[in-house]
Amino acid sequence: MQPVGAVVPLRVDIAEKTFRSAQGVSITALQDLSFEVRQGEFACLLGPSGCGKTTTLRILLGLDKDFSGSFQLPEGGSNRIAAVFQEPILLPWRTVEQNVRLALPKSLRTKNLDGLFDTLGLAGMRSLYPAELSLGLARRAALARAFATEPAVLFLDEPFASLDERTAERLRHLLLTVWSARPTTALMVTHNLREALMLSDRIIVLAQRPAHVLGMFDVRLPRHYRNPQVMSDLLRSFHQKFPGVV
Amino acid sequence: MTAPDTGDRTPGAAAGSQSSLATALTPVLTVAVSLLGLCLLWGFAANAWPSRAFPGPGQVWQVLLAEAASGDLFYHLGATLGRVAAAYVIAMVVGSVIGVALGSYRSADRFFSPWVILFLNIPALVVIVLAYIWFGLNEAAAIGAVAVNKIPNVVVTMREGARALDPNYAEMAAVYRFGLLDRIRHVLLPQLQPYLAAASRSGIALIWKIVLVVELLGRSNGVGFQIYLYFQLFDVAAILAYTLAFVAVMLVIELLVVQPVERHATRWRRRPA
Ligand SMILES: Nc1ncnc2c1ncn2[C@@H]1O[C@H](COP(=O)(O)OP(=O)(O)OP(=O)(O)O)[C@@H](O)[C@H]1O
Ligand SMILES: [Mg+2]
Repeated sequence: MQPVGAVVPLRVDIAEKTFRSAQGVSITALQDLSFEVRQGEFACLLGPSGCGKTTTLRILLGLDKDFSGSFQLPEGGSNRIAAVFQEPILLPWRTVEQNVRLALPKSLRTKNLDGLFDTLGLAGMRSLYPAELSLGLARRAALARAFATEPAVLFLDEPFASLDERTAERLRHLLLTVWSARPTTALMVTHNLREALMLSDRIIVLAQRPAHVLGMFDVRLPRHYRNPQVMSDLLRSFHQKFPGVV
Repeated sequence: MTAPDTGDRTPGAAAGSQSSLATALTPVLTVAVSLLGLCLLWGFAANAWPSRAFPGPGQVWQVLLAEAASGDLFYHLGATLGRVAAAYVIAMVVGSVIGVALGSYRSADRFFSPWVILFLNIPALVVIVLAYIWFGLNEAAAIGAVAVNKIPNVVVTMREGARALDPNYAEMAAVYRFGLLDRIRHVLLPQLQPYLAAASRSGIALIWKIVLVVELLGRSNGVGFQIYLYFQLFDVAAILAYTLAFVAVMLVIELLVVQPVERHATRWRRRPA
């Protein structure tokens, strides 16, 4: 066990996760999946569709306890976790602001959220209901909710899927802006390599199902240096290291 | 709803209070005109076939005024209304808790499902008689008997509601560590709202009819007791006066309480139900 107050990374060590379908067929989704994300690091889980990325996040979020193995969550300051799911999952009967505040612990319920809403471009939408938002705006509200809780670790499951590329690009920049203001350990699932190269400090590359780690790709460059030229260099060296992936 | 497409329900629309007042009054006016039509028809029929057993609206109105002036009307209406309210609250709370539990746990549902069917099919009269025999002719037995009659209905409706719950919201609430009260208030109840509304609607109508039977069999006040009294006196005008007075009360509750509550609960939908 770690001494109290020590900086604990996110440590994942899942031996096996098997689903049993209604017809009795069993599907092994994860096998010997182990990796670490350092404190304050932004990591991406990159893998083909259906390989078990969402399954991994659900285990880490404590939503699926039926697996063998163990994991340890970071405990920097708060021990709260936050998640941005594949769908925004806002309560349709509560306004944007109520959705965000409900996710906060009692001690933070009345905190000032102006800055966060401003950064995410939601200042005028606080009193709208989710049905009145576009998908892009709903995703921003989900980001606002996650960051408002000041979590020790943040999980994101393809938060920019099914958006048009321009909106997705804008949201990626917004995500970077709020994350840089208060860097938390973050693990984001994606199957978009460019997105992973743009956002993360390190990419954890997963194999086809059953998912296990093929290797790591570290992006040591500060994010503001990652211009189109540098990005194509990164892409090339990624493909050299992982031929055939993505 | 009378006019689903008036388009002036948008919150903060420029047309403002005047049109929203009109929207609020339209259903009330429609109801008034329709009831007036029924009264005219009744008066006409009573004139055509004059009989002591079929008084016209005028006679019934006279009795109603007399009973109101003596205070009897309000005393008995109040007694019945209190029983209806108590039985309603008990049936809704107990039925919802059981229904949600059965809808959430399959094995419990499989085990208790025959019980629910059994209770659904026990005649109201049997429950009332047994309650009075076992627990005596008292208020608790009366209200309990009515609630027990309604609970299986609520259970069935709320079980459907619980089966339709979206697990995504529960998981979101688990990740963000919502407290129990927040979960019930902000996650569970809003999802169950349409089912609660359905159970309430059919509930109030059923409950007040059973309350009259309960009063007739074992209470010494209430609308049911009065109707029994006037039945023995063969006073149809008084019977109708009490019945209509109570129906009117239920109508007012529907218009002034149930519908506004429902409008408030569904305000987040783009087009309110
Ligand atoms: N509840 C379940 N029951 C049975 N099998 C499941 C269940 N959930 C997931 N699976 C299976 O586990 C595998 C991994 O699913 P998962 O949702 O984790 O994939 P993913 O990597 O998130 O894919 P995508 O990128 O398409 O979202 C899939 O083959 C899927 O069929
Ligand atoms: Mg997924």
